[in-house]
Amino acid sequence: MPALSPQAPPDRLTQHPSSPQDSATCDRHYKTLDTTLKRNHYQPDALIEVLHKAQESFGYLEDEVLLYIARQLKQPLSRVYGVASFYHLFSLKPSGIHNCVVCLGTACYVKGARQILDRLELELAIKVGETTSDGQISLLSARCLGACGLAPAAVFDGEVGGKLTAEDALARLQALTIND
Amino acid sequence: MSVKTLKIDGKDVAAEEGTMLLQAAQDAGIQIPTLCFLAGLTPAAACRMCLVEVEGSHKLLPACVTEVAEGMVVQTHTPKLQGFRRMNVELLFAEGNHVCAVCVANGNCELQDLAIALGMDHSRFPYRFPDRHVDISHDQFGIDHNRCVLCTRCVRVCDEIEGAHVWDVAQRGEHCFIVSGLHQPWGEVDACTSCGKCVDACPTGAIFRKGSTIGEKERDRAKLEFLVTAREKHQWTR
Ligand code: SF4
Ligand code: SF4
Ligand code: FES
Ligand code: FES
Repeated sequence: MPALSPQAPPDRLTQHPSSPQDSATCDRHYKTLDTTLKRNHYQPDALIEVLHKAQESFGYLEDEVLLYIARQLKQPLSRVYGVASFYHLFSLKPSGIHNCVVCLGTACYVKGARQILDRLELELAIKVGETTSDGQISLLSARCLGACGLAPAAVFDGEVGGKLTAEDALARLQALTIND
Repeated sequence: MSVKTLKIDGKDVAAEEGTMLLQAAQDAGIQIPTLCFLAGLTPAAACRMCLVEVEGSHKLLPACVTEVAEGMVVQTHTPKLQGFRRMNVELLFAEGNHVCAVCVANGNCELQDLAIALGMDHSRFPYRFPDRHVDISHDQFGIDHNRCVLCTRCVRVCDEIEGAHVWDVAQRGEHCFIVSGLHQPWGEVDACTSCGKCVDACPTGAIFRKGSTIGEKERDRAKLEFLVTAREKHQWTR
């Protein structure tokens, strides 16, 4: 997840950052975004939906994309940033190749999800919301995945794992990176 | 426009329909403590300083956004309310880094005024000492997030009166902070017209004029009132 408390803002907003993706892919992503914008008639209240689409196609919401969305919807930059940084679902930094979302909803919490997350943070040497320095794994948390019967639950690259112990969770993570 | 009659602190009060309790009380000479409220701006009801007791309601209601109603019986300064207010201020002090001794607004700060009025001399809550930063990239002004109470007055004054919408609230929960542009340094946000309205609106020393030192912050609150009257009533009173 993005910077916590008011950290020093980035040095400057790079208007044209060198994209990690090649420009053709990038163009395709912008086309998808344009389609969504058009379908919503560039209405400001479509902001969340547009951010969703952008996150889906770009993987994360970089400054350049947020700026583009703000201009297209004719919205203040700070409002777009405010909304994008409010929701857990949006990430403002590139995410890892793999991701693991640990549920911290009530049922999972009661069943020890916090301890699982603590353990993963320790083993991966990152905090929740961060990505390992090799760009392999992003560690995230969620409030109730809707799988309370499987508590404590986590999602590994889109696959739900239930009734986990910290060891199970670690093993699942290892499996993710080994299968590359 | 129909008139509603009600009782505030035992006083009979008549107010036009749609008037908020805060205003009705003020017109009757009763001052309810506020922090996020600023006349002329859309109320945000963010600070809960103005909570009052209304007979028949088991919840405390924020006077700044509660409309008067016929037959309402309102208490504004019960010991219970004053206790909550004091706790509220204590929490605000513990949440940020409010070091009055080195603040530009020392002696001229609404948070400090509230603490004094409520007889708060220390906070019963552990201080969080959050790691917050100061942005002095703007050539005339600075923002020190350590002193911000998240009242959103700056956000609203810049959006509603100046029309620039430089500020907004970023993040959520305990990580909330006031953000300029796309989390850019304030000085790099093109939308800012350097009008200084946010300096005048800020109740604490969080937004200040550069070059002012301890206790030197001044606010021209009357300028905001003048602008609001001009805008809403087309009356130029200055
Ligand atoms: S100086 Fe004026 S335009 Fe700039 S942020 Fe403050 S209120 Fe907005
Ligand atoms: S900077 Fe000042 S006006 Fe803005 S939210 Fe913080 S305390 Fe309120
Ligand atoms: S609380 Fe974890 S799935 Fe519901
Ligand atoms: S003044 Fe009413 S909630 Fe802040």
